[in-house]
Amino acid sequence: MKDNKLTILTNGFIKENPVLVLVLGTCPTLAVSTQAINGLGMGLSTTVVLIFSNIFISSLKRVIPDKVRIPCYIVVIATFVTIVQLLLKAYFPDLDRALGIYIPLIVVNCIILGRAEMFANKNSVVDSALDGVGMGIGFTLALTAMACVRELIGSGSLFGISLTAHLIDPMAIFVLAPGGFFTFGVMIALVNKITRGKVRDKQKQGCAGCAQAAACGQAEEGGCQS
Amino acid sequence: MREATMIIMAAVLGNNFVLVKFLGICPFLGVSKKLDSAMGMSIAVVFVMVMSTAATWPIQNLLLEPNGIGYMQTIVFILVIAALVQLVEIAMKKFVPALHRGLGVYLPLITTNCAVLGVCVLNIDEGYGFAQSLLNSFGAGVGFLIAMFLFAGVRGRIESNDYPESFKGIASTLIAASILSLSFMGFAGMIDGIFGM
Repeated sequence: MKDNKLTILTNGFIKENPVLVLVLGTCPTLAVSTQAINGLGMGLSTTVVLIFSNIFISSLKRVIPDKVRIPCYIVVIATFVTIVQLLLKAYFPDLDRALGIYIPLIVVNCIILGRAEMFANKNSVVDSALDGVGMGIGFTLALTAMACVRELIGSGSLFGISLTAHLIDPMAIFVLAPGGFFTFGVMIALVNKITRGKVRDKQKQGCAGCAQAAACGQAEEGGCQS
Repeated sequence: MREATMIIMAAVLGNNFVLVKFLGICPFLGVSKKLDSAMGMSIAVVFVMVMSTAATWPIQNLLLEPNGIGYMQTIVFILVIAALVQLVEIAMKKFVPALHRGLGVYLPLITTNCAVLGVCVLNIDEGYGFAQSLLNSFGAGVGFLIAMFLFAGVRGRIESNDYPESFKGIASTLIAASILSLSFMGFAGMIDGIFGM
C-alpha cells in the first residue's frame, strides 16, 4: 500500500512527466521558459493550483453531477488561480509582471483539467493530493530545466547571474519564440532517445494521451477522426 | 482607419498568437494534421474569439470595474466563455445545422483553448476600447487561422520525409514550428516600419 502511494507521487516526475511525456500544458511551457526563475515561479504556481484543485475535486466527486462536471471543475480551478494571482501580486510583484497573462491562463492549462478528469475524479482525496504534488513537481522540473537551457544559451546567465561575463555573445534567438519551439522539440527528442521510443508510443495512445480529451465530446464516441 | 488596420496587422502578423505569443499551442499541434480539420477549427476560433470579446469586454468595464470586483475577472471570463460556447453550439444546431456539421466538433474544444481566454484578458490589460478589442480579437483569430493553414501544409510534407528515429512524432513537429515561427519574426519590424511608430 505504501508502495502504491509512492508510485502515485513519483509517477509525475519522470515516467508520466506532464510536459515531456504527456505533452500537456505546452503554452505556458514555451512562453515562460525564457528565464530559469520564471520557469520555477510558473511551475510552483501551477503546482499549488493543481494540488488544491485535485483535493477539492476529489472530495466533491460525489456531489458534482456528471453532466456538468467540466464547468464545475473550471470554477474550482479558476478560484484557486485567482487566489494565486492575488498572492503573487501582493508578495512577488516582479514575478507577476514577468509571467503576466500566463497566470490567469493557468485556468485553461490542460494539465490541471486533465488531471481533474483523469485522476481526481476517480481516486481518493489523499491519492489525488499526491498526484497533484507529483505532477506539479514534474511540471516544475521540466519547465525549469528547459528555462535553464534557454537562459544559458540565450542570455548567457542562470537564474539571473551572468556566467559568461559578456565574453561570449549569447544567441538571443533562444529566448525568443523560435528558440522555445526548438528547445522543446530537442528535449522531447532526447527523452525519446533515452527511453528508446517507449514514450512516443504513449503519445500515440489516442484520446488518453490527448491534451484536449477532457473537454472533447469525441472521447466517449470512439475518438477523434484526425 | 489607420489605427484599425494597424491593430489588425499587428495581431495577425507581428504578434501572431500562436507563433509569437504561444497561445493556443494545443490545437495548433493537435488539429493541424489535416488541412480541412485545421481550417474548421480555425474558423470556429475566429468566431468564438470575436463573440467572447463582445461579451467579456462590457462585463469587465460596465459590471466588474464599477463595483470594485475587477479581480473576479478570471472566474467570470472563463464561465462566460464556456456558457457562450455552449449557447452558440445549441443555437447553431437548431438554426444552421449545415454550419454545425462543419464546426460543431471543434466548439467544445475551444472552451479550454487558452487563446480565447488570452485574447479577452489581453484586451482588458492593453486598455483597448470596445471597437479596438473586437478588431484585435478578429486579428488574433485570423492570425491563428493563417498559422494553422501554413502549418497544416508543412506537416503534410514532414510526414513523408526521412529523419532520425528520435525526432519522429511531436519532436519534429515542434522543430518545424520553430522554423515557421522564425519566419514570422520577420514581421515584427514591418508593422512599425509601415505605420512609422
